[in-house]
Amino acid sequence: MEQLLQHLVNGLVLGGTYALLGIGLTLIFGLMSVVNFAHGEFYTLGAYAAFAVLALAGWPFFAALAAAIAAGAVLGALCERTLLRPLRGESIDTVMLVMIGLWIAMQNTELLVWGGVARSIPHPFPTEPLTLGPLNIAPLRLFVVGAAAALIAAAWLLIQRTRLGTAMRATFQDRDTAALMGVPIGRIHTITFAFGSALAAAAGALLGPVFLAYPSMGDLASLKAFSVVILGGLGNLAGATLGGLLLGVAEELGAGYVSSGYRDAVGFVAIILVLLFRPAGLFARAERIG
Amino acid sequence: MLKRAVASCLVFLLAVTAVPTAGDAQAPIKIGVIQPLSGPVAASGNYVRMGAEIARDWINARGGVSGRKIELVIEDNKSDPKEAASAAEKLIVRDKVPAIMGAWGSSMTLAAMPKLEEYGVPMVVETSSAASVTRRGNPWVFRISPPSEMEALGLAQYVDKLGVKKADFLAVNTDWGRGAIQAFGDMLKKRGVQVGAAEYMEQAATDMNAQITKIKGTGGDTLFLTTAVEQITLVLKQGQEQRLQRKIITTGGSSSPTQLIKQAGAAAEGSYHIVFFMPWFPEAMPDGKLAKAFVDEWNKRGHPFEGLTEGFRGHDGIATIVEAVKLSGKDEPKAIRDALWKVSFTGVNGPIKFEKDGPAGKESGQSKPSIFVVQVRDGKVALPDFLKK
Repeated sequence: MEQLLQHLVNGLVLGGTYALLGIGLTLIFGLMSVVNFAHGEFYTLGAYAAFAVLALAGWPFFAALAAAIAAGAVLGALCERTLLRPLRGESIDTVMLVMIGLWIAMQNTELLVWGGVARSIPHPFPTEPLTLGPLNIAPLRLFVVGAAAALIAAAWLLIQRTRLGTAMRATFQDRDTAALMGVPIGRIHTITFAFGSALAAAAGALLGPVFLAYPSMGDLASLKAFSVVILGGLGNLAGATLGGLLLGVAEELGAGYVSSGYRDAVGFVAIILVLLFRPAGLFARAERIG
Repeated sequence: MLKRAVASCLVFLLAVTAVPTAGDAQAPIKIGVIQPLSGPVAASGNYVRMGAEIARDWINARGGVSGRKIELVIEDNKSDPKEAASAAEKLIVRDKVPAIMGAWGSSMTLAAMPKLEEYGVPMVVETSSAASVTRRGNPWVFRISPPSEMEALGLAQYVDKLGVKKADFLAVNTDWGRGAIQAFGDMLKKRGVQVGAAEYMEQAATDMNAQITKIKGTGGDTLFLTTAVEQITLVLKQGQEQRLQRKIITTGGSSSPTQLIKQAGAAAEGSYHIVFFMPWFPEAMPDGKLAKAFVDEWNKRGHPFEGLTEGFRGHDGIATIVEAVKLSGKDEPKAIRDALWKVSFTGVNGPIKFEKDGPAGKESGQSKPSIFVVQVRDGKVALPDFLKK
């Protein structure tokens, strides 16, 4: 029983981080129909930006977080302007190929700049865990989950409750009508991609100190982000959040009670089951199909 | 048309024969190196490469081998077995190297091995621990690192002094990790130690909380940990987050205790590590003078100190191949293979000499390396109390 509780806590904490990875990806897909294979690289970028600011420049932790978000947003905007804008109206496959190219280019640049050796990112939280009865949780992880929840809420508010969010949704519902109503289409695309990339970079800066920073760290992050997004339904923010939590708990319980060697397999079996019964994802609304 | 085709064939043949051949007295002697220079275990691979470069520069500074310089052709296997196989093929077919050193991880080495047999090129294995490396009946494989059984036997004499009563295992889900759990488990059971959980983690996994929670539930006193330094760091940190109170013993020699102290901090305190080189006290190595010189050269080049426990493998691997080239007098794959059986010298780790291992008639070579145990104490690497004189 004690073990089950600890497994559930572990799973929810891990799932919160998966959700954070998933929302940026699902946002870009849902609003722009771009399958962003470079998502994991913006995550890596965030981790290294945090490392540079914290360990090399010696700034405080929250400045590093802000710097990582800024780096993600700026590079995201740049990528949209140079790579995606000329491709607007092209088929989704063409765009996908370009994003795969960006993924490879970014990962190799990271390898060139930082080398292959993993870096440990310092953080100001105590390493001693908080203990509640039989449960243990590290303060840093608690902070990461809190920050993830705040970022997810902020993303939701931005899209649902602001003028900018309305413009974003209008653009991606019907580009021509939105343009006729005076929405600056080009700028909206740039902002959306920058925002999704900034969320990935934020995830990297938050999770970098929990784990380690190394050039190929984005691959695992991408894999998890895609799993979460497929699980929750492409383009669905609430779906990505719940999908993340579900995947985290499924993996944790699978590793705890089935076999730790097949941890990832358990997560994917869960995804296959969901897709068998709800092909558009757990939380997709009917209109997203097709 | 036909004339032109014949003519271009002739031009091609001329071009091919004009390339310096293997016997050229002035051409460098090429040695292939396959290491994980990127990917999850990149740190270790890069350190091995640095050690290999020291060996090359030392040998070249002494005039090379009968006037010919050593040249390393280095390939990245990206911590991926598939890449290891294609790297071996590229080195053999395109670069025409007569011998290879590689490929760090057991899964990578095992994936590259069929290529050695296919083309008939020997490989000195510098790191891999899985027993299967020398048991597959591949007569082109010569290993200078200890297989897990040898390591387990080396530790057997200390089991009582370490106070191991009930042990759990956590290992990377590769040939190396699975082999280590088998070997150490067998050794411990024979000595009457209870064996609890045997858990695995994927090579790229970063969150090991599920495994740690499970291990916490067994009530054991010791955790044997088999993986590369990156994952050891994560397991130590996450163990601390969950208050996992265990004696931790890492196997495989890739723990780099100095790096653990730097990156895991207090979480590394008290942990034991099986290593094959003790750069903290080089004078205690079989050839103290060589070990000291290696450490000095490493520091002079500005390489990170924590890389030394991997770096020496690169030195010893290249030195072994060069010894074989010297003995055979030529840089041809078969001659080097035959000469490897006659190699006998002392490397940074200790004496290197190959004995037969594996199915009769197709044996691989296995050297008997020296094995040491160190402990992290007060943020420093020290000899455990029971080893102090």
